[in-house]
Amino acid sequence: MNVEVTITVNGTEHRLQVQPRTLLSTLLRDELDLTGTHVGCDTSSCGACTVLVDGNATKSCTMFAAQADGSSVTTVEGLASNGELHPIQEAFREMHGLQCGFCTPGMMITAVQILERNPSPSEAEIRSGLRGNLCRCTGYHNIVRAVQHAASSAGGA
Amino acid sequence: MTTESLIGQEVKRVEDQALITGRGRYVDDLRLPGLLHLALVRSPYGHAKINRIDVSAAANAPGVVSVFTGADLAEQLGSLPAGWVLIPEQTGGEPMATPEHPPLAVEKVRYVGDAVAAVVADSPAAASDAVALVDVDYEPLPAVVDAEQATMDGAPEIHEGVANNKSFDWTVAAGDYDAAAAAADVVVSERIVNQRLIPNPMETRGIMADYNGGTEQLTIWTSTQIPHLVRLLFALVTGHPEHKVRVVAPDVGGGFGCKLYLYAEEVIVGMIAKQLERPVKWIESRTENYVATTHGRDHIADAEICGTSDGIVTGLKVHVYANLGGYLSTFAPAIPTILFGLMLGGCYKFENLSCTVAGVFTNTTPVDAYRGAGRPEATYVVERMMERYAHEIGRDVLGVRRRNFIRPFRRGHDMPIGVTYDSGNYQGALAAALDKFDYQAFRQEQRDARREGKLLGVGFSTYIEICGMAPSAVAGALGAGAGLWESSTVRVHPTGTVTVFTGTSPHGQGHETSLAQVTASRLGIPMENIEIVHGDTERHQFGTGTFGSRSLAVGGEALMMSLDKVIEKAKEIAAHEMGVDSKQVSFENGTFYVEDIQEREIPWGDVALGAYHAKNLPDGLEPGLEAVSFFDPQNFTWPFGTHIAVIEIDEMTGETKLNRYVAIDDVGNVINPMIVDGMVHGGIAQGVGQALQECAVYSDDGQLLTGSMMDYAVPTAEDLPSFETGRTVTPTTVNTLGAKGAGETGTIAASPAVVNAAVDALKHLGVTHLNMPLSAEKMWRTIEDAKEARRARRSAAARGGN
Repeated sequence: MNVEVTITVNGTEHRLQVQPRTLLSTLLRDELDLTGTHVGCDTSSCGACTVLVDGNATKSCTMFAAQADGSSVTTVEGLASNGELHPIQEAFREMHGLQCGFCTPGMMITAVQILERNPSPSEAEIRSGLRGNLCRCTGYHNIVRAVQHAASSAGGA
Repeated sequence: MTTESLIGQEVKRVEDQALITGRGRYVDDLRLPGLLHLALVRSPYGHAKINRIDVSAAANAPGVVSVFTGADLAEQLGSLPAGWVLIPEQTGGEPMATPEHPPLAVEKVRYVGDAVAAVVADSPAAASDAVALVDVDYEPLPAVVDAEQATMDGAPEIHEGVANNKSFDWTVAAGDYDAAAAAADVVVSERIVNQRLIPNPMETRGIMADYNGGTEQLTIWTSTQIPHLVRLLFALVTGHPEHKVRVVAPDVGGGFGCKLYLYAEEVIVGMIAKQLERPVKWIESRTENYVATTHGRDHIADAEICGTSDGIVTGLKVHVYANLGGYLSTFAPAIPTILFGLMLGGCYKFENLSCTVAGVFTNTTPVDAYRGAGRPEATYVVERMMERYAHEIGRDVLGVRRRNFIRPFRRGHDMPIGVTYDSGNYQGALAAALDKFDYQAFRQEQRDARREGKLLGVGFSTYIEICGMAPSAVAGALGAGAGLWESSTVRVHPTGTVTVFTGTSPHGQGHETSLAQVTASRLGIPMENIEIVHGDTERHQFGTGTFGSRSLAVGGEALMMSLDKVIEKAKEIAAHEMGVDSKQVSFENGTFYVEDIQEREIPWGDVALGAYHAKNLPDGLEPGLEAVSFFDPQNFTWPFGTHIAVIEIDEMTGETKLNRYVAIDDVGNVINPMIVDGMVHGGIAQGVGQALQECAVYSDDGQLLTGSMMDYAVPTAEDLPSFETGRTVTPTTVNTLGAKGAGETGTIAASPAVVNAAVDALKHLGVTHLNMPLSAEKMWRTIEDAKEARRARRSAAARGGN
């Protein structure tokens, strides 16, 4: 009954046998022990589970692991490289863009996507881009500042 | 930067490195070998008799280890406690009703989501598959979800023998309201509904338990704000000895009050792990969270305000139907009573107050604290009625407020209701807010906009709150079942690094940073040399936890006491080493020295090492360098401030948008402004969320119609503007830090400010009050109805004129 999935996560290829109903979020958390990807709802609403699948911000609770066969996935654990934090991670710390930290991994992944598509977004564009990710602690104020900070430190507006 | 200057600095958070790199450890991230997974069978009915439960199909399903019903476990699980039992002196002499609350329902279910059976399996999927196979024969009963209707004769009886479903009728009063109303020029009344909210921390609840039959040690990891109270209540309920239970709160993904209780699942998971002698985990799905985790607010308040025709308020009367849900949650009785009634004086001088609260059972999810907890409900009534009264007498809302403000005070102000505010300057906060917001210019803009068909409004909230929970003797005299002090341990290691153990239990508030700032500043050592430990009953002696904006005001002060004790002992050691009297020794920037004798100087680390090396200690002094303290405040703290909301209503669609939000808060002295601002932002978002979009809705038979994030409108980034925050500083005298507490200000202040703004925008149409949330449909209907009424009035006047 199981299906085989070949998936590259944060640069490492894995070959796994999973149930057809296994979600990508479950594969990441339970098979690969990458628990930085959080699951905050069961209706595809909160975005805590957002990862990059072949470069696209994707809610990993809303995709079967089998659908990610052959894909390349980046999770929060893969944002930093060579011991250096990703600019968005630096920005979230610098601008106090997190409190409890539960939404943060998905929020940062979405922010990465926003800035990839538009290196100098307006506040309205940032807020629109973040609308699929819920945060209950920050009122989004400092998350928006963090995205702006990352944009300006990357040479955007 | 010298460590002395860390107080008041925007130090970046110690917590963040782990959380931004995916190394946070929330309950669901924890694993144990041989772990089993538990799923719960929950009632689909609001009110039903359980005739029979057949678990055979589930028990035989693949991967299932065991299935338990309420009847199987009734003896082990006991009954969940009411942690706050209101005193008969305040409930008309009648003891409040505290009906049994079995963690797994046995004979009856009382709300949708009430758990009736637990399935344990070797995977989460197998457990949830088998839940569908548990066959429960329910006999549906008539249900009631509205607190007022539940008190009426003929309403369904939810708990046997609880007449009219009332747990209590609570009363508090000051002066003589009826006499004040009889003598008043103006009496205005309004029914003010504070709708039910669903807290929605981003992490749902989760529990893992592990039992060692050899040592009889039970460990429970749970997403909670109060690990020590969970351990205590767990022990009391189950009879499992307290010293054989360890409760750990690892990283906790938000709480906002809803992780502040002993929950049924903590008892169920713990006792099943004990019975099976296997580790067991339960992770709440969001769908479960909506029905199984406590809700907040849900008040129907009938309010009446009276005063003179020129703007002096003389009294306020409030009667509340407070919905408690199907059972009493741990602190539920205190929220709509103590934390509501004692707040109704606001920041005003009026002396006549009457408050009665009916605490009512209904067939809904239990209601308990949600950020602000009683205080937002009170502030909403007070600030809404102040503006309602100002409109009625045709006076400006700020003029009326200023006329009634208590004058600034620094050392205590006795309120007629019997509480004493610590310090306040309400005029100062309002003035600071008006520095950021040009009121006169806005009024002009509002008039101009109206001519262009644009509806703008401004609303104010000059709020106060009760924080720094709490003086134990006061709380105990009012019915608290536990002390509300806080504890700390400061353990200095031989190398001079320090571990601080605190009884507070953060879930986003940044205590690891703020408390390290306090410690570093006091000891003159770098923050890197300090570790803040919290959330583990085995590492730290009893502590109270984090809620009621208490962690710095109470927990911070407990830390200061331990730091002082450690310094005193270190001075004795240093004095002995230097051959002087300890009274001659000063301590600053991490150095012990004797004034005017330059060569007599010993660094912190040497004294720490000396304390453990113990080869040259003063006679009779114990080795080691560690102190434990328990701080019980003498009073609550009373933060205050002024919030201003500007809203714009689309006349054609009713869409209501928050254009601008100015918040001036006075939380006393601030340790880390960045962290305080962050909490204020989050609080405002929740208060604005309540005002504009959040609302839990039940059908008459008890189905939660807003049972998911698809149906319940948690604000998104797009729904909110950026906030303009600022502070005035009026330190409290209740603790030496001068800190009042900052976790709830925004939530308490925001909803009245926004609703006042909406009423202001529609005042010219004759609108006097709006109930939350201000959905587009509601606003459109309000505008259309008001216009229709105005047309009718005009044509009647025209006919009269003819």
